[in-house]
Amino acid sequence: MLSESVASFPTDHNSFSAKIPKLALLAGGSALAAYGIARHSKTGIGLAAVGSLMAVEGTRLGSTKHFQARSSFAINCAPGDAYRYWRKFENLPSFMSHLSSVRVIDDRRSEWTVMGPLAAKIQWTAEIADEQQDELIAWRSTPGALFQFSGWVEFRPDTGGRGAVVTASMTYSIPGGALGKTIASIFGKHPEFLLREDLRKFKALMESGEVPTTAGQSHGKRSKLVSAFHAVRSKQQKTVHCPLAESPMTESRAL
Amino acid sequence: MKAVCWMGTHEMRVENVPDPTILNPRDAIVRITSTAICGSDLHLYNGYMPTMEQGDIVGHEFMGEVVEVGSRVDRDKLKVGDRVVVPFTIACGNCFFCQRQLWSLCDNTNPNAWIAEKMMGYTPSGLFGYTHMMGGYAGGQAQYARVPCADVGPLKIPPGIPDEKVLFLSDIFPTGYMGAVNCDIQKGDTVAIWGCGPVAQFAIRSAFMLGAERVIAIDCVPERLELAQKGGAETINFKEVDSVVEALRDTTGNRGPDSCMDAVGLEASGHSLFFLIDRAKQALRINMDRPEVLRQCVMACRKGGTVSIPGVYAGFADNIPIGALMNKALNIKTGQTHMMRYMRPLLERIERGEIDPSFVISHHVPIDRAPEMYRVFRDKLDHCTKVVMDPWATAA
Repeated sequence: MLSESVASFPTDHNSFSAKIPKLALLAGGSALAAYGIARHSKTGIGLAAVGSLMAVEGTRLGSTKHFQARSSFAINCAPGDAYRYWRKFENLPSFMSHLSSVRVIDDRRSEWTVMGPLAAKIQWTAEIADEQQDELIAWRSTPGALFQFSGWVEFRPDTGGRGAVVTASMTYSIPGGALGKTIASIFGKHPEFLLREDLRKFKALMESGEVPTTAGQSHGKRSKLVSAFHAVRSKQQKTVHCPLAESPMTESRAL
Repeated sequence: MKAVCWMGTHEMRVENVPDPTILNPRDAIVRITSTAICGSDLHLYNGYMPTMEQGDIVGHEFMGEVVEVGSRVDRDKLKVGDRVVVPFTIACGNCFFCQRQLWSLCDNTNPNAWIAEKMMGYTPSGLFGYTHMMGGYAGGQAQYARVPCADVGPLKIPPGIPDEKVLFLSDIFPTGYMGAVNCDIQKGDTVAIWGCGPVAQFAIRSAFMLGAERVIAIDCVPERLELAQKGGAETINFKEVDSVVEALRDTTGNRGPDSCMDAVGLEASGHSLFFLIDRAKQALRINMDRPEVLRQCVMACRKGGTVSIPGVYAGFADNIPIGALMNKALNIKTGQTHMMRYMRPLLERIERGEIDPSFVISHHVPIDRAPEMYRVFRDKLDHCTKVVMDPWATAA
């Protein structure tokens, strides 16, 4: 049912001009490798190695990259509660750190927005691909969207009535070129890590009603180096909490 | 506000920093009236705890008055004006672990859980002022502190009891008490406790409360040994005996203490070959821990006995006598303190006059003197056993 069907999405890099550097590297690299091998010398071996690397790099350039990540957390709440909070897609930015907003268009479609570096705004429309009440939600970007993205999340009861096990999977394809670079800078580096941290935030929201944070707290003087290091780390923490009225933490669970 | 900041190894500084603000809906802001330096702060001071960053506000033993609460804090549980002791562990109250009273293992209070997971597999709860791996929360050696999940941790203190009697409910009294609980004491038991620092002083008294017949305390600092004797313990000065393990064997009729407690942790002293190797590795930052006391605990403990470890360890340790541990069928119990289990019952003991925790205090100082007092406390100068600081008094 939840087979990872990584669809072969069309890329916007099929034009001949986009292929020139790729072909140049491939051809140049192969020629260099052939020349190196023909020389039968130490220098030749070196040239062959460099040439081969260039050729391999050539085959990669400009091609679409597929990413896939999967993560699972045991959460101390009813599977149905977790399902309902997730299914309300406007809630997604409260635990998906890269999402800045989700606007629900209709029963099946919603518009997702992320902010990239230099305030670059990337938007796409997602539609529900599959749905089973209290158990599963699957979604994908609509055909023709700028960025091919799909995901599913499964909510099942943990053993011994210990709440829910929530498993999420994300698949996305990043094209080459400038757009691809922007998207990759947001999602591409550590997709497994990002998904895992997002799911951890979801768990915190469901169990304690807020995501733990130290972003914005006081500290003493720091050298520039330490400040820069700390800025990178605290970027991973985003102060989010769900609106009072939509608290997923039910009174019955609060002590 | 004034805050004690870690600026690097052996460098604490009182800095002026912005007052804390509410960052999450279950936060509270506490105006601190008393705050203490803990023995475990000395591990930070000496640079043995990884993931400290320059400028971090330290301190995790503090109490004061609630001056602001977040939108999600139940006013029946906590409101502005309440006088509270704040536990050093932060717990959400609703996760698998909190609901089993394993408060120091809370799943949801460490914003840097992934760092702790790299070191330990899974993360314990967030702690105040104690490394970024453990949450990176600003600590309480300051004039104000932000307290997350404030509807779970802080214990309300009725008026009329002075700060110094209840301040140590924030850490060392419950920590010593849990150390004794973890000894699994049976009637007639002998308990050996390594270290006579503040936690051990409470552990000695707690062991008697829990039914121990003999407590043997081990240290080398005369005033600490004296304080242990006042608490009813027999003492061994480890510098005056060839072998602590043999001394314990001889005083227990060749059986060994029923439980052994390591109330020292990763900066143990000793004179064995293993200790010298540990010291060298620690100096080179190859190893964080020197577990000399833990080794002695395992060797000294009677067969089938229990080793309790309230002392703090950080990473990986070498040359633990695992053969003795296994073949003697020892039990090991440890962990950061599950504070909320013990704070209220121990407050009741204080109210009933069974114990006055202020006996450990040797120094009352204004917070401005913190940098100097870290050194005094570490080097046990001036008969120092415990330092309590007033964040609002100015140095004379």
